[in-house]
Amino acid sequence: MSALEDRIGAARAEGRAALVAYLPVGHPTVEDSIAAMTAAVEGGADVVEIGVPYSDPGMDGPVIQQAVDVAVRAGVGMRDVLRAVEAVAAAGAVPVVMSYWNPIERYGVERFATDLAAAGGAGAITPDLIPDEAGPWLAASDAAGLDRVFLVAPSSTDARLAATTAACRGFVYAASTMGVTGTRATVGDAAERLVARTRAVTDKPVCVGLGVSDGDQAAEVAGFADGVIVGSAYVRELLEGRGPEGVRALSAQLAEGVRRRSTVAP
Amino acid sequence: MTTSAVHPPEQRLESAQPAWPDATGHFGVFGGRFVPEALVAALDDLTAAFEAMRVDPAFVEEFAALQRDYTGRPSPLTEVPRFAEHCGGARVLLKREDLNHTGSHKINNVLGQALLTKRIGKQRVIAETGAGQHGVATATAAALMGLSCTVYMGEEDTRRQALNVARMRLLGAEVVPVTTGSRTLKDAINEAFRDWVTNVETTNYVFGTVAGPHPFPLMVREFQRVIGDEARAQVLEREGRLPDAVLACVGGGSNAIGIFTAFVPDEGVRLVGLEAAGDGVETGRHAATITGGSPGVLHGARSYLLQDDNGQTVESHSISAGLDYPGVGPEHSHLHDTGRAEYRPVTDAEAMEAFALLSRTEGIIPAIESAHALAGAMRLGRELGPDAVLLVNLSGRGDKDVETASRWFGLGDRSEVDPGPGMDTDQHATEGAVTSGEAVRGRDAGSQA
Repeated sequence: MSALEDRIGAARAEGRAALVAYLPVGHPTVEDSIAAMTAAVEGGADVVEIGVPYSDPGMDGPVIQQAVDVAVRAGVGMRDVLRAVEAVAAAGAVPVVMSYWNPIERYGVERFATDLAAAGGAGAITPDLIPDEAGPWLAASDAAGLDRVFLVAPSSTDARLAATTAACRGFVYAASTMGVTGTRATVGDAAERLVARTRAVTDKPVCVGLGVSDGDQAAEVAGFADGVIVGSAYVRELLEGRGPEGVRALSAQLAEGVRRRSTVAP
Repeated sequence: MTTSAVHPPEQRLESAQPAWPDATGHFGVFGGRFVPEALVAALDDLTAAFEAMRVDPAFVEEFAALQRDYTGRPSPLTEVPRFAEHCGGARVLLKREDLNHTGSHKINNVLGQALLTKRIGKQRVIAETGAGQHGVATATAAALMGLSCTVYMGEEDTRRQALNVARMRLLGAEVVPVTTGSRTLKDAINEAFRDWVTNVETTNYVFGTVAGPHPFPLMVREFQRVIGDEARAQVLEREGRLPDAVLACVGGGSNAIGIFTAFVPDEGVRLVGLEAAGDGVETGRHAATITGGSPGVLHGARSYLLQDDNGQTVESHSISAGLDYPGVGPEHSHLHDTGRAEYRPVTDAEAMEAFALLSRTEGIIPAIESAHALAGAMRLGRELGPDAVLLVNLSGRGDKDVETASRWFGLGDRSEVDPGPGMDTDQHATEGAVTSGEAVRGRDAGSQA
């Protein structure tokens, strides 16, 4: 059983890719961030990646850093994150938490898994936790019936692709390029090559993140991936003051993009 | 603890290898790799290259020649009897890493990592720096070996250490002020990791301390352990015995690991790390990670760190830019938890007292970082008594700190440094702070720094 795999499978059955929207909790405020997540769902997001604010987001570029910094300074914590999880579930999308490892470890790994499951969360994406170090999380996510999403990268060796995808449940997060989060003019061939290499070692859904910002790019990625993950472009809507309306409109544009190509890879 | 520990005459002449880390970089429960998958291949490559290089006779010879002819190793061991009068009569021996080329122990590590960079065929190095010493050392090694070099430095630190910014630029490095977060070393490390994950095909990250993901804590230790290997032999030759205690300041902890490692198997030798307590651990404005922190994950490894209930890193505070870091190397956490080493806090005021004292009694101006170790020796010496032999790592020289010290001591309108009568009496010093009128004035001046 995997809530993420089910939802991505349902999108695939419609001949399209799933849309995964990232937004951090607490920017500009907790309430406004939850309103933005709800708007993202209303606009057509299938999954919301709910970001846990962290003081040292080493994989994030300037846009997400700026937003998360606001939330960290406001003291936003896991309790706020769990509220956002409940709200996203109520809005009809699948909530998955995105967190650097230390906030989870500090909260308590088992406690996090228990509370996340109780709030209706599907699982967690952990960008700085590799399966090699994930023993306690593997056990806790198994016990709570949660999905766990690890990342693969263009630099991953075939052996690591196999080991990492084996540890994943829900989907595999393919980082499209070497670098940090942020919008890019082109997603590039590296993502498609990485997805192909990943599919060679697993049957699990593969979603692509890093760099997608508009409907055309979403359509391009939807041509070879099971899901399209968009982060910085959503955050920019809030940073530039367009609020939930901007988020809803972006979701609609991206949702159109993931439906434009019906050639989702088998 | 007796003040005249007797060490067996059959004591080792050669240094032993610690039993850690394990093959995946764990020091007990600490260390490991908490990094984006994108960096794992580069870390694996680096580990393999390092393991191959350290047993390659050609590398060993090249590295030894650089240390001798370029750095000026071995560094001397200097006894400082006039300073020791303020240490309860204990004898104090300084390991003079301040006399290395570029002025600190940092050069030991960067020469090794720069050679490694050439070996793996990369043309560009990046580095983080706090006080600027590691940045200067990396820029130096890059100039020597024809590598392009970018150094990330917190904007706050570029102001505190403007001289070192100029030095790095003179050496041909690009210095990037980091304006995110607390604008200090922690944020410079984040920015360097972001650069690395983006440019890893062409770029090697020359990490400056024994923190970060495996293999950095191991690799930096192995490049820095020359300090303790030399010092252990020097003390044995001169004294016919081992020291009672080895003291070093701890920020990330590379100079401390460097001097501790050779002594780890010598159970009778106390290993004492001095952490920067800033205004005092009880004030919350400090950088004493082991004393005042808790285990967690930061910058790629599990170790002690300063964090809040949400797992957010707490900003550290120290007069010393090189110790102003909310994390610490995982091996120190392991040495602490196993009881092999002890970690003590030293406030800004205590460190500055020792800074002035060494300058005036011995004609050696220490780095403020190293002054924390000296302050630790003043206290430990009084605890151990007159027969104790203390080995202190003087990890760097204080040229870069003259402006900070001038502000601290209020020298702008004075013709000479006079930290006041407090520093000349034991009872003041045991209070752990300079309490005379002059020094109080100095403390006020320092708070403006």
